Amino acid sequence: MIASTLKCARSPAEALAPPRHPSVAMLKMLWADKFALAAAIFLLIALFCAIFGPSLMEEAATKLNLRDRNAPPFDTERGWMFVLGADSLGRSILARILVASQNTLLIAAASVAFAMLVGGTLGLIAGYSGRRVSDTIMRLADVIMSFPSLLLAVIVLYMLEPSILNLVFVLAITRIPIYLRTTRAEVLEIRERMFIQAAQVMGASSARIILRHMLPIVIPTLVTIGTLDFAFVMLAESSLSFLGIGIQPPEITWGLMIAQGRAYLNQAWWLAFWPGVAIILTTMSLNLLSGWLRIALDPLQRWRLEMGGNNNAN
Amino acid sequence: MSSFIGRRSLSSGISLIGLIVLIFFLSRLTGDPTGLYLPLDASLEARDNFRVVHGLNDPLIQQFGRYVADILQLDFGESIRKARPALEVVLEAFPWTLWLAAVTLFCVTIAAIVIGSLAAFNVGGPFDRLSGMLSLAAASAPDFWIAILGIFLFSVNLGWVPTSGTGTVWHWVLPVSVLFIRPFGLIMQVVRGSMINALSSAYVKTARAKGVKERSIIFVHALRNAMLPVVTVIGDQAAGMLNGAVVVETIFGFPGIGKLMIDSILQRDFTVVLAAIMVTALAIFLMNLLIDLLYAVLDPRIRY
Repeated sequence: MIASTLKCARSPAEALAPPRHPSVAMLKMLWADKFALAAAIFLLIALFCAIFGPSLMEEAATKLNLRDRNAPPFDTERGWMFVLGADSLGRSILARILVASQNTLLIAAASVAFAMLVGGTLGLIAGYSGRRVSDTIMRLADVIMSFPSLLLAVIVLYMLEPSILNLVFVLAITRIPIYLRTTRAEVLEIRERMFIQAAQVMGASSARIILRHMLPIVIPTLVTIGTLDFAFVMLAESSLSFLGIGIQPPEITWGLMIAQGRAYLNQAWWLAFWPGVAIILTTMSLNLLSGWLRIALDPLQRWRLEMGGNNNAN
Repeated sequence: MSSFIGRRSLSSGISLIGLIVLIFFLSRLTGDPTGLYLPLDASLEARDNFRVVHGLNDPLIQQFGRYVADILQLDFGESIRKARPALEVVLEAFPWTLWLAAVTLFCVTIAAIVIGSLAAFNVGGPFDRLSGMLSLAAASAPDFWIAILGIFLFSVNLGWVPTSGTGTVWHWVLPVSVLFIRPFGLIMQVVRGSMINALSSAYVKTARAKGVKERSIIFVHALRNAMLPVVTVIGDQAAGMLNGAVVVETIFGFPGIGKLMIDSILQRDFTVVLAAIMVTALAIFLMNLLIDLLYAVLDPRIRY
């Protein structure tokens, strides 16, 4: 308490100092929120696992060892690889979770990136162009929004074959309206501001106004929503894989691991338990981090997220 | 009012038409629709026969016309799995889901309003922070994981409730609780936010100044005005409840439309899938309309 008061007392001198680099300021803000810091660290670890996990752990994750079938967790005599137990074929659950992190995170990341790109672009167009184009685009979004996203994915995956690419495609399509609506709402508001009018008067082209003047303002909002959406997409993918219409074996994701562990629930609860913990920790970190980003990036735009991108429903 | 209903129906109608068109083209996009309608091991003759009978060799535009005409007559064809009209099968399953959603939504609404209001009453207090943490955890948990852990804990180990099926009230406990989690976290947050707004408004200060009891301030003065955004979110969630219902019904063997859809998909019974989609879409359309009307009832200032 006293330390912080002292800090405050010194702050006028600090304010006179040249402004720090924005990333330093961000790190400092992250340090201030311990929950967000823990979330960020966990996500970095998850990212590391997703990138290097398969190449490091592939062997351990696929090695069958029938004597250790459904070996219980926290049993030290098999070595640290089996600290979370072994699955129905004696493979290390820890190794499998690490390997599965790649597919799980990759699918979610690709879907979010795709949805953000398409939704953002359409939103910029819808916001900046005339009424007819805008209405057409918004109606399209309504069609997608008017139906529960998981059901839509289920139907499309039934008609197209379930593969990683189709899964990404379907998940992205169901998420596009969120980005579209948010971007459009934001563009409609920015469009009326003075600096846009100034740019128009100076003869800047539409493309330049959109890309150089509007996009930088829209991107922080999109990133914040994207973080939150990442968690949602991950859960959706897990559900689809769990239902048997997402990722197909021998590929693995956390959702599929839970589905496979379900059959052994009576003898070995840890098969389904640990992948779920991995999912929960990741989504929770994403939720925490998104909450932090929302405040860190722009306190004035908090309302957009609280409305979930639905702020212009009618 | 009637012009509003008309406008609203029109715009939702466009969405419905969009969905119908989308499904037609997706089902034709995969190349051979017989693959969707017939079992995987159907013989070539059976496929040819099916193509001729259902006119799948005709030009696409003719097929589309027939497809739309069939849907308008509510004729989706026979279910291969059950050898009965697909619509009949769907309409049998639909009330189950409707009940499940209604019971869950009822519990969620009550719980979210009570807990959200209490949290808003003491912002930053221990209860507020505890409920905030809980709602964050609820939003992060995969529902199918909670469901199977629930089965493991409460059905298999403790034996309190049955694992799956229907019949008694106890069969409903687990499905409803699992379905409860996600919407509860969200709606509670909205109630909290909207109550904080309402509690800081002038009429609440007036009520306080008059010496009205705190309880009556929260639940009578503030709550009624805070309900508007809550109704919107509840409406959104009611449609989204079908998402959860797919997972929950599959796990708990609940004979609703979600389980029917997944079963039909896994056994490639396309007519039932199609009928289920259309019935669901229509139900969602009607519900959205209902919510808009409820909006007008709750807030007399809103006129359509």
